[in-house]
Amino acid sequence: MGMENSVYMDHNATTAVRPEAREAVSLALAVTGNPSSVHGSGRTARRLVEDARDAVAALVGAQPASVVFTSGGTEANNLALRGWPKRAKVLCSAVEHASVLSALDGIVEIPVDGDGVVDLDALEALLAEGEEGSALVSVMLANNETGVLQPVADVAAVAHEHGALVHCDAIQAAGKMAIDFGALSCDLMSLSAHKIGGPPGVGALVIAGGIADDWPLSPVLRGGGQERGRRAGTENVPGIAGFGAAARAAGEGLADFARLGGWRDRIENRLGGHAGSRVYGFGAPRLANTSCLTMPGVEAETQVIQLDLAGVAVSAGAACSSGKVEPSRVLAAMGASAEEAATAIRVSLGWNTTEDDVEKFAEAWIQVHGQANVQAGAHAGAYAA
Amino acid sequence: MNANLKTNGSRKKGRPVYLDYQATTPTDPRVVEAMAPFFGDKFGNPHSRDHFYGWEAADAVEKARRQIAALIGAEEREIVFTSGATESNNLAIKGIVRFHGKRRGPALAKPASAGEGRRAEPGQGNHKENRNHIVTVATEHKCVLEACAALEREGFGVTVLPVAADGLIDLDRLRNAVTDNTVLVSVMAVNNEIGVIQPVAEIGAICREEGAFFHTDAAQAAGRIALDVEAMTVDLMSLSGHKVYGPMGIGVLYVRRRPRVRLEAMIDGGGQERGLRSGTLAAPLCVGFGEAAAIAAREMADEAARLLGLRGRFLAAVMAAIPDTTVNGSMDSRIAGNLNLSFAGVQAEDLMAGLKDLAISTGSACTSASVEPSYVLKALGLSDEMAHASVRIGFGRFTTEEEVDFAAATLTAEVERLRRVNPRQSASAA
Repeated sequence: MGMENSVYMDHNATTAVRPEAREAVSLALAVTGNPSSVHGSGRTARRLVEDARDAVAALVGAQPASVVFTSGGTEANNLALRGWPKRAKVLCSAVEHASVLSALDGIVEIPVDGDGVVDLDALEALLAEGEEGSALVSVMLANNETGVLQPVADVAAVAHEHGALVHCDAIQAAGKMAIDFGALSCDLMSLSAHKIGGPPGVGALVIAGGIADDWPLSPVLRGGGQERGRRAGTENVPGIAGFGAAARAAGEGLADFARLGGWRDRIENRLGGHAGSRVYGFGAPRLANTSCLTMPGVEAETQVIQLDLAGVAVSAGAACSSGKVEPSRVLAAMGASAEEAATAIRVSLGWNTTEDDVEKFAEAWIQVHGQANVQAGAHAGAYAA
Repeated sequence: MNANLKTNGSRKKGRPVYLDYQATTPTDPRVVEAMAPFFGDKFGNPHSRDHFYGWEAADAVEKARRQIAALIGAEEREIVFTSGATESNNLAIKGIVRFHGKRRGPALAKPASAGEGRRAEPGQGNHKENRNHIVTVATEHKCVLEACAALEREGFGVTVLPVAADGLIDLDRLRNAVTDNTVLVSVMAVNNEIGVIQPVAEIGAICREEGAFFHTDAAQAAGRIALDVEAMTVDLMSLSGHKVYGPMGIGVLYVRRRPRVRLEAMIDGGGQERGLRSGTLAAPLCVGFGEAAAIAAREMADEAARLLGLRGRFLAAVMAAIPDTTVNGSMDSRIAGNLNLSFAGVQAEDLMAGLKDLAISTGSACTSASVEPSYVLKALGLSDEMAHASVRIGFGRFTTEEEVDFAAATLTAEVERLRRVNPRQSASAA
């Protein structure tokens, strides 16, 4: 537990801060100045914020002026959904993050198929019901538990035909795959720094230029008018600077990140071949780093405890605060049986994952599986006797 | 304070003397040091309950919670982390009013549902249900006034109390304004522009008597004056990391548990912070704020005494050298590290432009790019002309005697120069 050379395979919960981001945070911490102050110290801080805005915008192919910094992905998702109170209906995929699904009452879920991909026909039908031009559609780019990618550009095309506003939670996708805000043609996109190797406590909502006429924003945080009145509060300068540096590094590292897919496949092949492990979302395009896989007959909680003892950090699902083990809502929406879903863990590789980590994880998993089978066998044997 | 820290504050080559401690404070090097591991090896998500990395981060966050609670005499469970004082103030004001108040306007907010923070307990005999009136003060921070204005648009009544010429509120006036329909009174502990300390304990007592909740924005007060949520009978208190030599991007809302104060959350999701504030906690920022609070608790008294000396030295030099100088706001009920001065006949904008070696401000940082005169100074009764002739000067932990002397001399020279090049203005003011 917590040994020096432990293997961290929970990068979708949070990933290690990249050296570039640490350096940027460290330099910014030495700058004293409120970016809204007009004196020299304030202007120095302002430059750090605006440089970071350029970098974050570049990571997703957006205009810098479209980027509104927030305190994180959850706030960005809440602002995306709550910032437009005049929408008549809100449609979200059934596999969205809790910060989208619990941001509003009365959300209608768009069903997904067995691989977790949103059903475009169902979306079309839901949009056709009722009033035109007043819907908000929110579909994530990549799922945090399974890594499954959604056809966001297609979703946006369907939604825009009905005059809807389209939000995309790209928190798990950013820095893990190339993103073009323009090509996805969504209106809003949420991002989080600590998922791409930046510091925690910073995020962004990208707001497409030109939507303000049809959809006037009602900010969640009001006050000093920072972020062009879209999000009040003194900007977290070191955090934002770290976000910018991480965005640059992640953008440059996209090809390296894609190569994690080879290691992820190696894990899946080995465990699948060894114990018949099932991978959720296997049939759909997925992020290169994520695998949601089952250990037949062994509860996820048992697996994470045993793997932690073996020095391997994985997760039984999304990192949240409930403290109790609940069946995954995401897997349930994909039609997984509760019994099988209860044996799934999430393995997520990151920018600093090594081949050695991959091997150690696979060996530890196989060992945990073997022990469980020995125990189950002894148990079964006792009954047989 | 050790020699190492002093060098942080002394004037670095090519950098102006920083005298804007109410806008933001430098992050204390000890805070930076405390945070460093959490930007490094200890990067875990404090909500990951499946492994060591998560537990390590969670333990650090809980230690920080205790340190911050200790600074204000609260229990650790009463500390809710936010992204800063603006969010704390928005959450406190909108959260409590929407939870307890009767909606007269359209029900825009989400009603209570999941999470501890949203569950109503009608059996508790809560007599604050259906109240729909808020009392605040004209000199509050913009985010408090904006949050109240948003509620006013939703149909709640808002009374904005005036202040006297010294910036203090009249307690009798407050008592008259608070009725059995008042759900919330929000009065800041220390003003951000003039440093004036409001009688928080007396306000708390009045609110308790009248059965209204009491929120105080203590962002400028924490680490400057002693705060005790029990002695002051405060129900909700907003704090900011970067105003107490901690990091930016982190704040706290103190939420009283006995008797229980309930809020409607503003940011929903994973249900962190007992459902009151969802979102992954930024462990390094929590740790930094905790360390800053611990330092403040230890050093506050000595620091205030030192700053009082520096401020006295600065003010004596300026008053002796620059005629027609006035101090805005009470000098008796004021934090040690603040001055707000008016120089008749001088435009503060011109003064700032001429003082490249000093980082001072014309008022609140949020509105410092604005051409409007300070609404805080206007509330004290200053004319537009005098408000435009005013600057805020903030002293803090790293301010040195040398810097203060330099600032006084530089300021004096620039005011004299401006009055010389534009004698008409100073004549008309005289």
